[in-house]
Amino acid sequence: MTIEFPVSEAHLTALRESLADRADLGGDLGVAYRTLDTPLGALLLAATERGLVRVAFEREEFDRVLETLAERVSPRILRAPGRLDEAVRELEEYLTGRRTRFDLHLDHALSSGFRGEVHRHLPEIGYGRTASYAEVAALAGRPRAVRAVGTACGTNPLPIVVPCHRVVRSDGSAGGYLGGPEAKAYLLRLEGAA
Amino acid sequence: MKQPFEIAVEQHGATVLRVCRAVLGATADADDAWSETFLAALRAWPDLDADTNVEAWLVRVAHRKAIDVTRARARRAVPVEHPAVDAVSTDGVPGPEPELWDAVAGLPERQRLAVAYHYLGGLTHRETADLIGGTAAAVRRAAADGIKTLRRTVAARQTGGEAP
Repeated sequence: MTIEFPVSEAHLTALRESLADRADLGGDLGVAYRTLDTPLGALLLAATERGLVRVAFEREEFDRVLETLAERVSPRILRAPGRLDEAVRELEEYLTGRRTRFDLHLDHALSSGFRGEVHRHLPEIGYGRTASYAEVAALAGRPRAVRAVGTACGTNPLPIVVPCHRVVRSDGSAGGYLGGPEAKAYLLRLEGAA
Repeated sequence: MKQPFEIAVEQHGATVLRVCRAVLGATADADDAWSETFLAALRAWPDLDADTNVEAWLVRVAHRKAIDVTRARARRAVPVEHPAVDAVSTDGVPGPEPELWDAVAGLPERQRLAVAYHYLGGLTHRETADLIGGTAAAVRRAAADGIKTLRRTVAARQTGGEAP
């Protein structure tokens, strides 16, 4: 006969929520994250104290996304939705067509070198517009680095918020996307760009 | 440690709570010890060696935090004008089946601690002896005696429940 030493899920959940709040208040929380259900599927949102550091699609596998955050940003990671309230509000507004630009603090810790340069220029492509990989290469000051722009878009740590979905092929076809071609098409339709 | 801390909470949160409850009772004190354990662990996490046995490490931290909570409780035992505010509020969260935890609380102290750190926390008899004193053999006996008593308690309750 084994003895059950009961611990309820509800009680543990309450303790974990309280832990996340205290860790955040005490400045001990390197990365706070939560998931959000959207028409694009579940998204993982993660933020440091400086700002939003990662938006990930489910197909990127959230466990792996968290491991990468632990290695490259901080292993002090907890599910702590509070820090992401503002990001959630703006994303929900954007995805329901009530917001055309994001006004969030961003942490570019996962964007370095030329990729980071590209990521910082992407918001210059306005809502509802598209630009070719070559045009973005020109924006970033290296007009011949078209392939590098493709790589940069494919490794954008902040998709949707940093609008790599607005970068399309010169022939007008959508090109690849972190979140899959359907997600890219969805976002371009939402913005009235396709 | 390069693993996300959330995974440690997910994997070991329940075990650490069982240890805290066996040591302190299924009370707000156990909740406090749990929270202090994971807060301290979160702070130390980046400097922890990658090959650490995380559960055993957490159980040792919980042991220290349980002592802190016990000392704080002793200080609080003196009547004070303002009651101490618990850091964690789990008001409204139903405490499940308190009978078993009551039975644990009713064990002699060494049996209770041996059950907590060895049986629930997964420490070896030797490691448990290092925490609570005595020899590994004495810990083995204390844990076995404690579990035997708890089995009897559970069996008596089940028989009682089936009686017409």
